[in-house]
Amino acid sequence: MNDLLEIRWHGRGGQGAVTAAKILAESALLDGKFIQAFPEYGPERAGAPVRSYTRISSSPIYIHSQVTDPKIVVVLDPTLLEVTDVTEGLPEDGTIIINTNESPRDLRSRVNIKARKIFTVSATDIAIKELKRNIPNTPMIAALLKVTGLLDIEMVMKNFKEKYSKKFNAEIIEGNLRAMKTAFESVKSE
Amino acid sequence: MSIMANYHALTGNEAVAYAMKQIAPDVVAAYPITPQTSLMQKFSDFVADGDVDTEMILVESEHSAMSACVGAAASGVRTMTATAANGLALMWEIVYIAASSRLPIVMPVVNRALSAPINIHCDHSDAMGARDSGWIQLWSENAQEAYDNTIQAVKIAEDPDVRLPVMVNLDGFVISHGMENVDIYDDKKVKSFIGEYKPLVNLLDLKHPVTIGPLDLQDYYFEHKRQQAEGMMHAQKAIDKVGKEFGASFGREYDIVEGYKLEDADFVIIGLGSTMGTLRMVIDEARKSGMKAGFLKLRVFRPFPKEIVRKHLKGKKAVAVLDRSDSFNAVSGPLYSEITSALYGVADIPVVNYIYGLGGRDTSVSMLHRVVKDTYDISKSGKCDNILNYLGVR
Repeated sequence: MNDLLEIRWHGRGGQGAVTAAKILAESALLDGKFIQAFPEYGPERAGAPVRSYTRISSSPIYIHSQVTDPKIVVVLDPTLLEVTDVTEGLPEDGTIIINTNESPRDLRSRVNIKARKIFTVSATDIAIKELKRNIPNTPMIAALLKVTGLLDIEMVMKNFKEKYSKKFNAEIIEGNLRAMKTAFESVKSE
Repeated sequence: MSIMANYHALTGNEAVAYAMKQIAPDVVAAYPITPQTSLMQKFSDFVADGDVDTEMILVESEHSAMSACVGAAASGVRTMTATAANGLALMWEIVYIAASSRLPIVMPVVNRALSAPINIHCDHSDAMGARDSGWIQLWSENAQEAYDNTIQAVKIAEDPDVRLPVMVNLDGFVISHGMENVDIYDDKKVKSFIGEYKPLVNLLDLKHPVTIGPLDLQDYYFEHKRQQAEGMMHAQKAIDKVGKEFGASFGREYDIVEGYKLEDADFVIIGLGSTMGTLRMVIDEARKSGMKAGFLKLRVFRPFPKEIVRKHLKGKKAVAVLDRSDSFNAVSGPLYSEITSALYGVADIPVVNYIYGLGGRDTSVSMLHRVVKDTYDISKSGKCDNILNYLGVR
């Protein structure tokens, strides 16, 4: 259990934070890992702040309590920075990946994030270009993969295509795949 | 664990729905209630897609769902439903009728708090309230166990010496909506494991007419209740047998209870469900700091395995019992009462009770550390000054 990785996703209802937690977990499972993915259920409504979690480990995961100190935080909506403490429990050597057009440096000074590694990506712009809607979950997965090297992006894209082709039409699938590719190549570091 | 596991990323509800698809009951009658809804939704998908030929009866309440199940099971077909919390409460009257009519219905219960105030999250109040209804109760620690228990439940319920309905309990949201690795078995192997259903009675068999559930007053009601108790007494043997056969077929053997670092433990934590997973880590930590802790997880709460509990607790210096429901104004929580009853006159061990996690309150590693540390102190002092404790309440 020493290599247990815990990830917290922040989004707003409708942006796909819960699905993001699951897509990453499904791909990690295909990579031979043990996984958990679960949402933090509150009053569910579009636009309300939502949290979800992914756990990944090379050995079976037994813990069933909430994630309190994730190593990685992914923020799907920059407006959450003003209403919720997205760094809660994130250790000083933790990583935070934020969907915003700002650079990590500008963001750090504006919202006053101390320590931690900050990365940013314009996932909303990418999603609106490729999907015509602000559902930035798949580009944020791609950004996370770029930053962490956790899984091979090609494998995750292939899995997404196979798993979700039943649920979504080809246009949406292809749009998501392009969004992931663009996001993967445009993550900004400090 | 099997070496060639066929892992799928599934939520507990999806895993149980998959088990239902493989079981392919003749009849499923159901009404949706959170957190059971996604289970039945998934199963309905299988029916609608033609993956399973179950006759799905959509009813207008849980009272009707269980009534339809009773009718179907009495007509001699394999029958299932699923519910949670207030849904189980609304079924109440018929839940008893299913058990006393000796109908082998299988019902996953996605454990959730009872209202009021309204709360959709996990605790065990629903199933604990039904503990005297005459249903067998299996409990699951994770999605895999929920899947495995559902398959085994069919065989346990239909055992000719048992003939009783079975509840398969899984913690609401924690297991039902949490995605985990689930090893899914081959359809044909599951089918052959549960076998063909041979009903004992069949209302539609006109050559051998029977009456089920008639008026039964002072003359024979008592004898029929005694027979019902006999069925429950046989259940433990059947559960044990099915657990072993399951191991032989699928590589995961199941016992009535599961011990973790139990044998050489000085003191023992007892509980049910998903929190026991978290407790494994806490016990590992405790061992590192020299506290000889272990746990006893009950997979079966009804019939209550009193002899097994006695055997495992004999010689231990202290016991803590975790109850995820309250039994207002009783001595303590329901599991505590069972454990102390089992120990009465057999072993003089201090036993402490923790009511925890009501309405989905997260049971953190640090809370469980406190339980372990307090129980360690009791094992050293031999004294338990405060039996009833509320863990993590503000």
